[in-house]
Amino acid sequence: MIPTLQLFLVVSVTLFSIGLLAALSRRHAIFILIGIELMLAAASLNFIAFWRFGPQPRPPTGVMIAIFSIAIAAAEAVVGLAMVIAVYRHYRTTNVDQFDRLKG
Amino acid sequence: MNSAAFVVIAILTLAASLAAASLPKLIHAALSFAVAFIGIAAFFFLLGAEFVGLVQVFVYVGAVAVLIVFTILLTRRDVQDTGKLNWGGAIIAIAVFGGLLWAILKTSALSIAAPQIEALTVKRIGGVLMTDYVWPLQCVGLLLTAALIGALILVMEDRNEG
Repeated sequence: MIPTLQLFLVVSVTLFSIGLLAALSRRHAIFILIGIELMLAAASLNFIAFWRFGPQPRPPTGVMIAIFSIAIAAAEAVVGLAMVIAVYRHYRTTNVDQFDRLKG
Repeated sequence: MNSAAFVVIAILTLAASLAAASLPKLIHAALSFAVAFIGIAAFFFLLGAEFVGLVQVFVYVGAVAVLIVFTILLTRRDVQDTGKLNWGGAIIAIAVFGGLLWAILKTSALSIAAPQIEALTVKRIGGVLMTDYVWPLQCVGLLLTAALIGALILVMEDRNEG
């Protein structure tokens, strides 16, 4: 069995669904951030796989988008974790079900 | 492309990410997260994008995983999740998985083997970053600076009230 593009996409969609599961079904704010990071990593795995299996463009676009997405994901993680710490100082909990001050 | 390596990396990555999404103890989940990202970096190596794999290891395993562990230690009061699973979210995730998997398996144009390509050197990536992608590069630099300042402002103690 030679790994085809299809197999890489199956791995990446499984990774994305696991990230979505973590982001939607866990109550802890840090788990939600972990889920978002997993989904972003699945997307950049897709970019790299399509770059490798497709026709080779002169600037390697897929690789470039993966590099930029890693940088943006790092910025997102930093701001997200800072927000978790700031909210924890205020509410003394990280359970997202209890952040309901804005609820009508 | 080595198929045995593919199977081993796929099993490692998916098991670690499933553990990261489902373990009740946060610190175990954070360590599984690091293992999952090592697996994804191994995929990048397998696909011939060595530089991206190295960046992935440096940024995620070196920085983001450590940052998550620090946040867990700073918000120590509830390191254990309640364990209650939100079934609506699980159903949505399984439905998305099923739909995308059906679409991928139905598309026969995707079952192609990898063509021979010339190796992507760091020199070429650097050249492209400095010519074709110089505007996105500057924008990402600005974004990282803004994120750094924003994170500092968010976690700064308010001295006036204390």
